[in-house]
Amino acid sequence: MLRVIGKRIALLIPTLFGLSVLLFLWVRSLPGGPATALLGEKATPEAIARVNELYGFDRPLIVQYFTYIGKLLQGDFGVSINTGRPVLEEFATRFPATLELTIIALIFAIGVGVPLGYLAARHYGRLVDHGSVVLSLIGITVPVFFLAFILKYLFAIKWSLLPPDGRQNPRINATHYTDFYVLDGLLTGEYDAAWDAFLHLILPGLALGTIPLAIIVRITRASVLEVQNADFVRTARAKGLMERTIRGSFILRNAMLPVVTTIGLQLGLLISGAVLTETVFAFNGIGRFLRDAIFGLDYPVLQGFIIFIAILYALINLVVDLSYSVIDPRVRVQ
Amino acid sequence: MSTILPPAAGGSDAPNDPAIDAAKGTGLWQNAFLRLRRNPQAITGAVIIGLFLLVALFAPVLAPYGGNDLPGRTDITPTTIPGPGDIDSFPLGLDRFGGDVLSKLIWGAQASLLIGVVSTALGLAGGMLLGVLAGGFGGWVDSVIMRFVDILLSIPNLLLAVSIAAVLGQSAYAIMIAIGVSQIPIFARLLRSTMLSQRGADYILAAQTLGLSRRTITMSHLLPNSMGPVIVQATLTLATAVIDAAALSFLGLGGGLPQTAEWGRMLTYAQAELAVAPQLAFLPGACIAITALGFTLLGESLREALDPKTRTK
Repeated sequence: MLRVIGKRIALLIPTLFGLSVLLFLWVRSLPGGPATALLGEKATPEAIARVNELYGFDRPLIVQYFTYIGKLLQGDFGVSINTGRPVLEEFATRFPATLELTIIALIFAIGVGVPLGYLAARHYGRLVDHGSVVLSLIGITVPVFFLAFILKYLFAIKWSLLPPDGRQNPRINATHYTDFYVLDGLLTGEYDAAWDAFLHLILPGLALGTIPLAIIVRITRASVLEVQNADFVRTARAKGLMERTIRGSFILRNAMLPVVTTIGLQLGLLISGAVLTETVFAFNGIGRFLRDAIFGLDYPVLQGFIIFIAILYALINLVVDLSYSVIDPRVRVQ
Repeated sequence: MSTILPPAAGGSDAPNDPAIDAAKGTGLWQNAFLRLRRNPQAITGAVIIGLFLLVALFAPVLAPYGGNDLPGRTDITPTTIPGPGDIDSFPLGLDRFGGDVLSKLIWGAQASLLIGVVSTALGLAGGMLLGVLAGGFGGWVDSVIMRFVDILLSIPNLLLAVSIAAVLGQSAYAIMIAIGVSQIPIFARLLRSTMLSQRGADYILAAQTLGLSRRTITMSHLLPNSMGPVIVQATLTLATAVIDAAALSFLGLGGGLPQTAEWGRMLTYAQAELAVAPQLAFLPGACIAITALGFTLLGESLREALDPKTRTK
């Protein structure tokens, strides 16, 4: 097991190396070069020259690259142009918000998607099945930011059931230890603060969760359809096992493998979705920070984030691969 | 009086009718087309796309005003925005700039079509080039290209597009190129894997036995026989391209005048007025969703029609 993990992490190195080269070249190809990005378009040539000298942008590209990669290896992702604080620090303070949002979105997507896909397959060709197909089509074709608008308009503006934006009512003076607002409220015993933070998560969570929901419904349906007519299911029925056992331990468990893979692959979609959802709901997480970074051309932030995501992506895929052997003991990770 | 009518030619309605393959079975694409014509899902998709194309192409004739015109500038105040039906000459109302919403939706179709088609063509061309090189040559060429594709794939699509748009500056062209490049890895991977799976086929062996050059085999035998999944993917990609283009211009990467007629851009400015004028968000949003639905329906029917597994069930 350890060797497998080690090997997978070793495989990550060439990808990260290539990525760092690409990102390095990307910054150097920004209009006006990195100095202009730092100082803004109205910078005087003297100021640009000074910055070039200070940051070494005038040195040969290869030297610059090694300086960059050296800092990166020491965990120095640079300083955000917009806020003047280290990039890693900025991520650390905002990541909990986005993680909280993503967890709610995934709970919704998996909690609704797997049962719905399962029911659709069991009642193939019936109303539930058609409903699930329509729902997954809507999830794929309705843009996430438009869906966010619809939810915000209906539930926050028209019916005033849920808060329209933010992470927590500013009038609640909650204490924060972890920056996971719901968790903070539970830990400190400020249950109304936790509840308020949770209410703020519902609408963005629903909007963000709809895309993975659509995909999970589809994959679960297809997978269960394939498994439920397999020979071993027929054998189990012939043996006279309880229907509940057959459905739970035989059909669902065997159908879960492709579903788990798919959930692991949703990270990219979730990140792109978070940028859009957090913008609509003024939710102060990584997504909104990235949006500001895009406009301020805050390249250290974008650069750092892309590397961070690439690593996260690889790790999630590793966890997904390792979870195969738990779900299906026949699969031995090689 | 009763007459027994002879069954009409091709009178079977089942979408996966084996008779189609047996009777008219001339070629893969002809069969697929016959099957598409019987699939209501495909027809719906084709009708939506047809309407979208007509509106986009005839925008200058159909739209009462130009895309960037502000004909109702005098009819809006900071507190009131006329909605649908409020003023006779603006059937769908005005936006915050005084632009005619109906005209902007129509011109927006043109913008979406242009971005969707150009970016998908770009992604397709780039992806096919890499895919053919990787799948045709194999060996180290394949390894290098696929590592590069892996790197691109590890960056979330929207971020990749945003990074490219940042280099190119804010404009509609930047959005086209950005979305096109972010689609390259998908096409490259798909084409390569299809070509690899075809490489051991008998007709390739036959071509090799005849002593054809590798270039001829790759370009005239392997490539045409691997295009099915790529064409399906391209249809589906048109849907995502329309959505992604809207997302990028929603985020504000489109450049140009603020009142530019783009569906995503219209949503950006609808944000502030969501409480008083929700139609400003709902109309362009619905246009994006319906267009994407059309391409998705057609793409998925095409996939079914070309899939040998569903053909003779």
